[in-house]
Amino acid sequence: MEPFIRVTGVLAPLDRANVDTDQIIPKQFLKRIERSGYGPFLFYDWRRQGDFILDRAEYRGATVLVTGANFGCGSSREHAPWSLLDAGYRAVIAPSFADIFKSNSFRCGLLPVELPEPAARALIDLALQEPGMEITVDLDRQRVAAGGFEASFSIDPFFRECLLNGWDEVALTLRQEAQIARYESTRPSWLPISG
Amino acid sequence: MPAKTPSPLAGAGPSAHASGGSTRTMAAKIWEDHVVVAHPGEPDLLYVDLHLVHEVTSPQAFESLRLNNRRVRRPDLTLATMDHDVPTLGGRAAADEIAERQMAALEENCRREGIPLFGMGSSRQGIVHVIGPELGLTQPGLLIVCGDSHTSTHGAFGALAFGIGTSEVEHVLATQCLRQRRPKVMAVTVEGELPVGVTAKDVALGIIGRIGVDGGRGHVIEYRGSTIRGLSMEGRMTVCNMTIEGGARAGMIAPDEKTFTYLKGREHAPRGQQWDTAISRWSALATDADALFDREVSIDAARLEPYVTWGTNPGQSVPVTGRVPDPTSETDQRALQYMALEPGTAIESIPIDRVFIGSCTNARLEDLRIAATVVRGHTVHPKVRAMVVPGSASVKRQAESEGLDAAFREAGFEWRDAGCSMCLGMNPDILGPGERCASTSNRNFEGRQGSGGRTHLVSPPMAAAAAIAGHLVDVREFN
Repeated sequence: MEPFIRVTGVLAPLDRANVDTDQIIPKQFLKRIERSGYGPFLFYDWRRQGDFILDRAEYRGATVLVTGANFGCGSSREHAPWSLLDAGYRAVIAPSFADIFKSNSFRCGLLPVELPEPAARALIDLALQEPGMEITVDLDRQRVAAGGFEASFSIDPFFRECLLNGWDEVALTLRQEAQIARYESTRPSWLPISG
Repeated sequence: MPAKTPSPLAGAGPSAHASGGSTRTMAAKIWEDHVVVAHPGEPDLLYVDLHLVHEVTSPQAFESLRLNNRRVRRPDLTLATMDHDVPTLGGRAAADEIAERQMAALEENCRREGIPLFGMGSSRQGIVHVIGPELGLTQPGLLIVCGDSHTSTHGAFGALAFGIGTSEVEHVLATQCLRQRRPKVMAVTVEGELPVGVTAKDVALGIIGRIGVDGGRGHVIEYRGSTIRGLSMEGRMTVCNMTIEGGARAGMIAPDEKTFTYLKGREHAPRGQQWDTAISRWSALATDADALFDREVSIDAARLEPYVTWGTNPGQSVPVTGRVPDPTSETDQRALQYMALEPGTAIESIPIDRVFIGSCTNARLEDLRIAATVVRGHTVHPKVRAMVVPGSASVKRQAESEGLDAAFREAGFEWRDAGCSMCLGMNPDILGPGERCASTSNRNFEGRQGSGGRTHLVSPPMAAAAAIAGHLVDVREFN
């Protein structure tokens, strides 16, 4: 995974709550066996309806999305953060994220930033009033800054370290092979096996 | 389950396990039983007892293993099936080219890594959350994961089971472990006898209507109370299945005699002396009497009704006797527009085009039996296309041996092969734009069952009754 320290870029607003992963990337695009190539299908159905806000010229090339609460609810498909990454987004700001989406985002390098509802609302309004404005999301300092707007955010310290360093979580865990083997040796013999 | 902080109220840390701490929730007990490494400030490294794999969320995980020259650590604790993509008519030949590529990739990955696979045509194939319990692999006290959000289903057996993403699938394949923050624990207690016509599905929709679609975020939900204990194992699975629709990654129910009776004699259930050992372990899993929950919600079963969703998330529901509500938010407004519904419309006056009885929520034998009871002696409305998709090949065989297939076919339902089918429409079973469907599945999101399709979530008997009436209808007044 590429390290994530900070990103500066255009802020795009999606003023909707409970955006589910079926909207982020509809199921007909989940049949690929690769991790990339999902960007063109991000918010596919909404974009197809025409005049979708994220398709407006002033938000083109945006790297940060600000949206409503409970973003990424529904299916566990990691294709949702993959499609955001593939479309150029590096961070999403929202009052809250669905648990699985947040976990997936940490693990594939998309930064989920939780800001209180009024702050997220202020950013949505800012992005609507000043389309094309830039924002900086600084993971190292845990701060968001855009124009006169500034806010700090809290984040899981473990995943912050992983993102800042671009660590491979599997490699980290494989270093604990001895502990895993020790645990395995204590598992009762009657536990089920699939084979 | 990345809760922000370990939850002090939901049970003490791993040290309590070592000392046999006596005031713990079931979730805390299972969690602590699976801690491989605990470092202060870091998520716990947990051991996974059972990893279920399917064709859609696994190919990139296997590919990444291969690129990193890693192998699957415990193929014997991993089980694969094909469910999301599979055609339910015409066999594998009916799959489109990219679905076929995905199924072939799963076969190759399982062959190379020695993972048991129940592919299309296998007598044990089916929806991943239907076959785990059916085979007796889903057992109390286990930590179960799968790259699918409805993994919460397995919690009905007193397991800690939750959905994961593809990066986590890769992590589990490589290490048999998963790094997780300890979630909070919410008790949802449902007391009393369920009114006639109210099913486990309605209990689930009632709970989500109460707590909201993100009410369970950051939590595991433990379902408790006489109503929950009164449900069959199938009903408990339906309730746990829908947990994710209330925002919680896992739902669970303490194992009891019903759980043990369901498991006894199943292919992978313990036998002989091991059965007795297992029973004594399983009997100690229930939440201790004096344990505290982070949050508690109480629901009176007598006030539950058969529900119908009117909007585009599972929290937007009303009793079938009700009316489409006035929108109270922009989300509601958008939902009404998408669903092409006017506020004030009587739910029972809404005509439907399609009926889907299926999915990991409601495609077990009990669901098909109750739906068949409703359709016997009736005919599907001429304007409705209705299908039944059994949850597994085994459910299909059992249903056929009881003549349920004949009851459905004679009434005009299509009787299909097992799979996820129109719950998410990755196979050819989809709604056309503007088509309105009464569905026993779990999600009414925009376009979920097909681009432009409109989904009303209901219970199996409500779906069956709607198929015959041609509109949404109160099953209690039906017949």
